[in-house]
Amino acid sequence: MKKGLKMAVDIGGMTIANPVMPASGAFGEGMDKLIDFNLLGALVPKSITKYPQRGNRNPRACETQGGMINSIGIQSKGIDHYLQETIPYYEQYCAPLISSISAESIDEFVEMSNIIASVPSVVALELNISCPNLKNNGQAFGMSDAITYQLVDRVRETTDKPILVKLTPNVTDIQSIALAAERAGADSLVVANTPLAMAIDIHSRRPKIGNVMGGLSGPAIKPIIVRQIYQVHEVSRLPIIGCGGVMTANDAIEMMLAGASAVQVGTANFVSPTAMIDIIQGIQTYMEEHQLYHIDKLIGGVMVRNQWEKDYI
Amino acid sequence: MKDYHLTVLSNRQVSDRYWHMIVDSSVVEERIEPGQFFNIKPTNHETYYPLLRRPFSIYLINEDTLEFLYKVDGPGTRQLARYKPGEKINLLGPAGVPFTMSKDCNKVLLLARGVGIATLAALAQKAARMNIEIYAILSARKQDDLLATKTMEKYCTNVYCVTEEDGTSDVEHVREMIRDLMETYPIHAAYTCGSRRLSMLLQKMSKGNGITGQVALEEYMACGMGVCYSCVCDVKRHGVTQTVKSCEDGPVFPLEEVVFE
Repeated sequence: MKKGLKMAVDIGGMTIANPVMPASGAFGEGMDKLIDFNLLGALVPKSITKYPQRGNRNPRACETQGGMINSIGIQSKGIDHYLQETIPYYEQYCAPLISSISAESIDEFVEMSNIIASVPSVVALELNISCPNLKNNGQAFGMSDAITYQLVDRVRETTDKPILVKLTPNVTDIQSIALAAERAGADSLVVANTPLAMAIDIHSRRPKIGNVMGGLSGPAIKPIIVRQIYQVHEVSRLPIIGCGGVMTANDAIEMMLAGASAVQVGTANFVSPTAMIDIIQGIQTYMEEHQLYHIDKLIGGVMVRNQWEKDYI
Repeated sequence: MKDYHLTVLSNRQVSDRYWHMIVDSSVVEERIEPGQFFNIKPTNHETYYPLLRRPFSIYLINEDTLEFLYKVDGPGTRQLARYKPGEKINLLGPAGVPFTMSKDCNKVLLLARGVGIATLAALAQKAARMNIEIYAILSARKQDDLLATKTMEKYCTNVYCVTEEDGTSDVEHVREMIRDLMETYPIHAAYTCGSRRLSMLLQKMSKGNGITGQVALEEYMACGMGVCYSCVCDVKRHGVTQTVKSCEDGPVFPLEEVVFE
């Protein structure tokens, strides 16, 4: 990195070396042959559930124009395996470990957060209150501001470590959910998870996903996520991690201009396993070209009409 | 597994629906085995459609070249067919668990359907080098789809072809053929790819005759590197059903373990 260029960002009390990290569920140990995990801002393994679960029926993924729909259903080996195998594996890297937690109830979120936050090498918790692939027709905890408040408030009591709340884009008013999480004591908001989607094979007349509906990811959803980052940044003081459709450094920069302090990269890893490294380098090049010495200068830097008119006049 | 940019040496249409690609693999240092696959980026252009890579099993493995035989039936394979000799193509691999073949094997049975013939051709190539007698049953919708027959005839002792077109590919008829082969020769191992129905048939017949078998599964993959859990299948090990990943734990599995229903 060019001397004097500051890429480190603060995410609710946790400083990460650069603003690029994987999205939970699109990252795992299999990628260690292809990229150096030490170069990433943080490491976010797949969401963990309390008990082992097999996940949803096949087919679990399908490609769409500029995206993919998945309904994995959080296949998991359970918290015991996570503590014994997953965490020790990630401890070998210097990038901080963020544990993503998925649970069936508020009590279970509290119980799991308590256990995982007590592991010294876990630097922060990400509460996945937004996975659309579980029960109740795509419903998620994060669709209600009251439940979001209650859930985050209860988890807040268990730990002083940063709590990242992963919001769902499947809501009418994301600002109210973001504010509920903030009032309850969240340290950062991940905006967002996958929008609920559906695709049909017109020849067989069957849904292309075994679970009928799934979450859409990839470049197709980026404009929706940029809009939601902008909306959340307008009302919340919390650092935002943008998530949804980041394929290139330009996408990451766009999200940062909308208000994100960092980004998570998911589907791009499947297309190019070096995507996250390329994005870090691309942000660096952009900073050099625009003579930005501190990445903070990018965050929320979008100039909306009244601002640029003022500048122009 | 590595991310390679290899030079396309040849890419041509060989039948109504199938194409054959040869790439220069001289820079690939890793050992490549039959049953493994490469996850290929369908296009060099900066486009998000098609978005994901496509997994392709290896058709033939030569000293400095790799061959792929693929069916063009969607946007990804249509793009793949546009590669010209001299262009670079992005491949991620070699990935997955390969077939295993014991040196003690003298006679093996290969049962392939459709594009599964390409997957088993690499195994036939290896078995021939090990001086193993190979009996292959190739099944396809029509004669025109039996494009690897000549390759298989080069490596196999006997090749039997069945098609819907000829009315010879129904499971009952294939069952008779397998029974005849198993009664005539002491088949030591059986391998299959390309059809769930034929895999189930071979699973039952192998078990009944005390023959070990392997199957290469073809599940839809998104990442192809063990991360996303899209390509899972069920296997029964020691009486317990487990959901495993085709890309990382397979695509080759012991035939007796796979739960097809």
